[in-house]
Amino acid sequence: MEYAVEVKSVTKSFGETKAVDDVSFSVEKGELFGFIGPDGAGKTTLFRMLTTLLLPDSGSAVVDGFDIVKDYKKIRGAVGYMPGRFSLYQDLSVEENLKFFARVFGTTIEENYDLIKDIYVMLEPFNKRRAGQLSGGMKQKLALSCALIHRPDVLFLDEPTTGVDPVSRNEFWDMLGKLKSEGITIVVSTPYMDEASKCDRIALMQKGKILDIGFLRDIVGKYDRELYAMKSSNMHRLILDLRAEENTDTVFSFGDFLHYTDKRGVIDKVQMKNEMVLKGHADFSVNEISPGIEDSFMSLMNGK
Amino acid sequence: MEDRYIISAKDLTKKFGSFTAVDKISFEVEPGEIFGFLGANGAGKTTAMRMLCGLSIPTSGKATVAGFDVYKQTESIKKNIGYMSQKFSLYEDLTVKENIGFYGGVYGLSKQQRKEKTEFLIDLLKIQDARNKLIKELPLGWKQKLAFSIAIIHEPKIVFLDEPTGGVDPITRRQFWDMIYEAADRQVTVFVTTHYMDEAEYCGRISMMVDGRIAALDTPAKLKEQFGVGTMHEVFVKLARPQSA
Amino acid sequence: MKRFLNFVWKEFLHILRDYRTLLILFGMPVAQVLLFGFAITNEIKDAKIAILDFSKDNVTKEISDKILSSGYFMLYENLQSPKDIEPAFRKGIIKEVIVFEPDFGKNLERTGTANIQLVADASDPNFANMVIGYTTSIIADYQSELSKGKTLPAMINPEIKMLYNPNLKSVFMFVPGLMSVILLLVSALMTSISITKEKELSTMEVLLVSPLNPFQIIVGKVIPYLFLSLVNSAAVLILAKYVFEVPTVGSLPLLIAESTLFLITSLSLGILISTISNNQQTAMMISLGALMLPTIILSGYIFPIENMPVVLQILSNIIPAKWYIRIVKGIMLKGVSFDYIWKETIILLGMTLFFITLSIKKFKIRLE
Repeated sequence: MEYAVEVKSVTKSFGETKAVDDVSFSVEKGELFGFIGPDGAGKTTLFRMLTTLLLPDSGSAVVDGFDIVKDYKKIRGAVGYMPGRFSLYQDLSVEENLKFFARVFGTTIEENYDLIKDIYVMLEPFNKRRAGQLSGGMKQKLALSCALIHRPDVLFLDEPTTGVDPVSRNEFWDMLGKLKSEGITIVVSTPYMDEASKCDRIALMQKGKILDIGFLRDIVGKYDRELYAMKSSNMHRLILDLRAEENTDTVFSFGDFLHYTDKRGVIDKVQMKNEMVLKGHADFSVNEISPGIEDSFMSLMNGK
Repeated sequence: MEDRYIISAKDLTKKFGSFTAVDKISFEVEPGEIFGFLGANGAGKTTAMRMLCGLSIPTSGKATVAGFDVYKQTESIKKNIGYMSQKFSLYEDLTVKENIGFYGGVYGLSKQQRKEKTEFLIDLLKIQDARNKLIKELPLGWKQKLAFSIAIIHEPKIVFLDEPTGGVDPITRRQFWDMIYEAADRQVTVFVTTHYMDEAEYCGRISMMVDGRIAALDTPAKLKEQFGVGTMHEVFVKLARPQSA
Repeated sequence: MKRFLNFVWKEFLHILRDYRTLLILFGMPVAQVLLFGFAITNEIKDAKIAILDFSKDNVTKEISDKILSSGYFMLYENLQSPKDIEPAFRKGIIKEVIVFEPDFGKNLERTGTANIQLVADASDPNFANMVIGYTTSIIADYQSELSKGKTLPAMINPEIKMLYNPNLKSVFMFVPGLMSVILLLVSALMTSISITKEKELSTMEVLLVSPLNPFQIIVGKVIPYLFLSLVNSAAVLILAKYVFEVPTVGSLPLLIAESTLFLITSLSLGILISTISNNQQTAMMISLGALMLPTIILSGYIFPIENMPVVLQILSNIIPAKWYIRIVKGIMLKGVSFDYIWKETIILLGMTLFFITLSIKKFKIRLE
């Protein structure tokens, strides 16, 4: 038993929609593995199959050494799961929620206190407060504590950071890093591309399929076209002007820059600047850059 | 207050019992501006936005939206704004055509106008094949683009967008921003919240809310300069968690 | 077991925290009992009666005087012939006619038994019942006075005849009916809502992906409501007894046992509803529409089943509450023993087993 999760050609359809389409991958023990993709990519369906909540139409999967169909009872005791939009029991206090989930798994808060300590100290001042009255970030911390309370071997977190502000998201990923060092295998999904760098390995998902899988640097490394970052004081007009050029391949805004690829591959930067200055972009600048995960994702989405 | 501002708030405050959700915020927005409204969860963004949309009466302070008072003229405000959020979008069990028709009707468009608008939007979004499909059968990205188009179907002066791109794929997210820019070019003021910090860069000006107050307000470039950092993400982190910075 | 108790503890917290629902659950039955209670007159004062005395002896005179001097009754007229009884009632003034058999006194002296007929206007069934009740207790009083110091006790047999509504439909009927509706409401509605609520919150997903088995989840959900419903029915019984004197004639343990059976029927129906609804509104609509309405209308709670079209009469057989109401009616009002209600009990038991099997089968161990 080498892998914490091993999935072979799993497929799941709802009516005519293939939510998960022939997906295979494996997660090593103690790995922090991320599924990255937009809503509707099939992440939730995949997670539900791995946590035995849904049966695959075809294919097989093993989680923590147990088959997800045959040994579903054993998996249910061994994994931790935090569904997307998991909202705890709003009418129970922080302490009551935690106590409840601890007892569900036949353990106590004290028994695994060291595991949740770092998270729980932030919650303790609000011990008696109802979960419904906590802020978004606090709820998320409580939900994680509840999913962890029985020290699961594998932890499935379905979009834990969706709708959470960037600072709370950072804190959350720091917590996951600590859990990883405790030897817990973590499988997490997110729609935020920038969170890819926090994972050991990632799978990019879109429309039920895995676009690519592996280490971030390897995935990004496969991006083989010349990529340029451009900038001018009127970005929107620059985008429109560039799109009008016949050699333009893709133009996407990226923060205060835009990322450009050309049908010819390499471009003459000086010539490009001259052209753009002529079009009124006096402060136009252009530089080669190395691609990020989002460039890769969009490129894979476009089938290039 | 000067008339040239489309939104103008002065010491706007909202209290829930002893809790001050929005604490004396003051700012102005010019017509056609893309105004980013950022802040951590629970910083008071939603409450502030609700007051500006005429959905919630402030506890104290003054504000006008499209020239109308947020205390007395909430009905006029509602007629002159568009609103779209990640959660509210469209009726899932109605078709594309029916949704456009319905919202056109809500905003008092005539039958002829509704028909024209429907054709126009379907062409614009290139969803000819999906016109008679139920909303729930569409991918999220399409829904959000359609929801935005419908939010501005009555050509409002301002459109409020509450996390419009949450969970949308990166390409559609950018197409969505193209639509925002096009609206702004037509002098529609865009008031937008987002958790994607790269999107913060696309805004004309950014207001950062921390604990109910506006902690910073400027163009992305000036904010980065002010805090001596390279990205809006770092600006956000510095403001939202000053102790950890 | 510990896991299971933990689950029950959590459910109790939910119930206690939602004090509004709790208030409705407890307030509604009380309000209904009181409403019914006040809608029905329960005080008899100077009720006008007629007497038809075929005997006209000392004993009948004494009994008549005793009845008329009680303060409850007033003599309106003396009748001469049984033919006068109908017309006397038709005037709508008198509530009761007391008929003494010929040679009443003699019979009582010689044989120790005598017959008296009490005829009441049962178009107001509750009132008629009370009038009869008061009269018989006065007669019983007289009888025991008479029997003092005698070896052979005097027996006066009151023969009771209800005019216009001979079976006393709806008399006190609301207590059994109300009990069934409360049990059904609390059990079926509340369980189905509380299970679907967990689906909405995604907490059901987490519970399913835990060592708790579905059986524990179901029973854990059910226990608090079982308890709540029992407390609720006790409240109704106590109110019925002390506020407007509807005593439980029969065996209380038997009543509790039968009520528990009906409760389990309702709870399994609640679980069944929750398996087919994905949100609280659907669960509520199904509970109210498909369960409450037929129960109120077809169980005999409000409308007598005998007066329904045949189709509805047949249909009423599938309503569990119909059988439960029969049982409660028997135990509470008539004081019958199990021998008289075993048939109804078996039907209810069969229904319960059917629903439990179905709901456990339908309850999903997965999300599909």
